[in-house]
Amino acid sequence: MFVAKINVTLKESVLDPQGQTVLRTLHDQGKNSVTDLRVGKYIEMKIDANSQSDAESLAKEICESVLVNQVIETYRLVVEKV
Amino acid sequence: MKVRVVTFPGSNCDKDVGTVLASEFGASVDYTWYKDSFTDLPDLVVLPGGFSFGDYLRCGAMAKFSNAMESVVSYAKKGGKVLGVCNGFQILTESGLLPGALLHNRTLKYICKDVDLIPVAENKIAKGLQGNLSIPIAHGEGAYFADSDTLERLEKNGQVVFRYKENPNGSLHDIAGICNEAGNVLGMMPHPERAVNPYTGKMDGKQILEALLKK
Repeated sequence: MFVAKINVTLKESVLDPQGQTVLRTLHDQGKNSVTDLRVGKYIEMKIDANSQSDAESLAKEICESVLVNQVIETYRLVVEKV
Repeated sequence: MKVRVVTFPGSNCDKDVGTVLASEFGASVDYTWYKDSFTDLPDLVVLPGGFSFGDYLRCGAMAKFSNAMESVVSYAKKGGKVLGVCNGFQILTESGLLPGALLHNRTLKYICKDVDLIPVAENKIAKGLQGNLSIPIAHGEGAYFADSDTLERLEKNGQVVFRYKENPNGSLHDIAGICNEAGNVLGMMPHPERAVNPYTGKMDGKQILEALLKK
């Protein structure tokens, strides 16, 4: 059994109003050393596969067809054996 | 005149648009549940507003995998006319029938108000629409986004159908609605079906639906 850990964030070129709002709040609290903040989402999937590479290729396919809209988002994928 | 309205779990404007098309334009309206397919060629297919699949993951992301959407894609590829309103527009971009994506409104607020739309004269669908059109919007994720190459292509091909007079949500190029290159698929965030009946105090949506139903 494998677990795919996926972080989805908006691309750098896409304005993230949610991140900007949180950043503004931090600055209002005087935490000006925080210079950038992006809000994304974290997805975890358990995959029953024969090998690490099978699990990775299925996870990648699911990311690119369902979990991520590549017009606006980018993702990081890590697959671990559990 | 035959119209097909697709209903997804969470659609809430399907009956609104169907009722308006039947009562104001005499259309014979069929509703298609998302699990069902169709193979006929109605005069118009509508993807209505609402919150398909609860807007989970991303607005419109789940809807694109339904049987009904497979039929819509094949109908559109044969040149059939498709109108996507609000969540319907989001589904059209997610399914690749229209380019770009809809982001959270820049203000992060859900916006529900009347806006003025400027029909873009160079666009085939908008040609003939008179003056600025007052049409309601009601959305949280309606800021149109596309990369600069796509925007340039949309402008060059005359695919921008409507722009906001005063941009409410941060849409790039003030875009409120676009069509595909062939001009048979239209997606727009404002709700023309809510501006057709004098009881609502607004009639400008009628021009838009008329332009679409025109052969």
